Amino acid sequence: MNYQFDWHLVLSGQYGQWILDGVKVTLQISAVSIVFTLLLGTIIAVMRMSKFKPFEWFSFAFVEFFRNTPLLIQIFFWYFGSYSILPDGVNEWLYDHDFEFAAGVISLTVYTAAFVAEEIRAGINSIPKNQLEASRATGLSFLQAYRYVILPQAFRIIIPPLISQSLNLIKNSSLVMTIGVMDLTYMARQIESYTFHGFESFTVATLIYLCISLVVSFAINMYNKHFLLQIKY
Amino acid sequence: MQWDVVWNNFDYFLWGAFPNGPLGGLAVSIILAVLGIFGAFWIGLAAGLMRLSRNILVKSISVVYIEVIRGVPLLMLIFWFYFLAPVLLGKPLPEFHCALVAFIVFTGAYIGEIVKAGVIALPRGQMEAARGTGLSHVQAMRYIILPQALRNMIPSFVNQFVSLTKDTSLAYIIGVNELTRTATQVNNRTLSAPTEIFITIAVLYFIVCYVLTHFSRKMEAHLAKYQARDR
Repeated sequence: MNYQFDWHLVLSGQYGQWILDGVKVTLQISAVSIVFTLLLGTIIAVMRMSKFKPFEWFSFAFVEFFRNTPLLIQIFFWYFGSYSILPDGVNEWLYDHDFEFAAGVISLTVYTAAFVAEEIRAGINSIPKNQLEASRATGLSFLQAYRYVILPQAFRIIIPPLISQSLNLIKNSSLVMTIGVMDLTYMARQIESYTFHGFESFTVATLIYLCISLVVSFAINMYNKHFLLQIKY
Repeated sequence: MQWDVVWNNFDYFLWGAFPNGPLGGLAVSIILAVLGIFGAFWIGLAAGLMRLSRNILVKSISVVYIEVIRGVPLLMLIFWFYFLAPVLLGKPLPEFHCALVAFIVFTGAYIGEIVKAGVIALPRGQMEAARGTGLSHVQAMRYIILPQALRNMIPSFVNQFVSLTKDTSLAYIIGVNELTRTATQVNNRTLSAPTEIFITIAVLYFIVCYVLTHFSRKMEAHLAKYQARDR
């Protein structure tokens, strides 16, 4: 094994800056996608539980389809294949802005929302049914009952699974390098091809992902310890 | 919409250039997934049992393995094996092998966690009774605990197989000629029907995965009737 390790090369100067830029993009695309995922996931979950059949069917099909196809294919679909599906105005706007980033956000959001919707549904199901009946009986509409009574309680239970889905999203965001979003994985790959020091660059990137994961799972454990035990039905 | 591009290349999506060339497409994806889950099962079983060991060293090795692998994106792991194999072995490993090793190591960590949870879910009395009849710890595991625990874990294994099937698409990045790669090849060659091509590929993956998911739900309901659980 005649491989010369050169950690200094990867950790400082231009390449160090690339790693930092990559971390920034990874965190940006993850944060934006997580926000949209929560919105879309909640909508899909509530649709799934509504009594209006077409809503229920739509969200069932949505969840099953996007959960059972690979994220990479979805990324390629939104990146290469969405122009013939989206309206022209939307396409033009996307091309004028950062199209790679947008395609990445759309695919991560839709993919993760399918999982998040199921977590939220499970959370809502764990709230006793008579809560909804009682709040409807006090004169709240269906939406109001969800908004003020059911969801605030359900979200307390589903915060840990939601955080762990967010963590999955952060890890999955490494796939957007395939369409040219310059995230952490992209930068590690880039440094490898410029310097042939793949070992060092991938070690640094791996450690950064690992730190993010450990911090997040530590947070989940703390939350479980302090809050979740108090919830009893 | 130009679906003829899809129909003309449909057999290429399914098995690549076979029999005139190497096997590719969906066939390779499925082979990767099957070999991957088979390897990951044994790694996962070992990791899960080590995780439950009383020996602090054995336990820590397993905890570190499971936590590190679960905290890292699969793509990173694939790159690791792809760029590390030449450094460690002195010669490059075929892409298929790199991907397979990465899948086994990655899925093994998740299966390790499933095995641990499955063994813990059995009533404590099972182990105590087995030891009480004079079996050693290893014998009790081998003949009493594992047969029950593994049976209860079958649905989780199927789910892991489904997510591995989806994950095989990442082998595309290092150049394994599986379904995703055949799709991008056809897309680059024709340049006229990306929407149709990727919808078709998504549907192919969906059929494989949904059938399995459905099967695992059925089995979960069936097994639940016979489960010994600590309640």
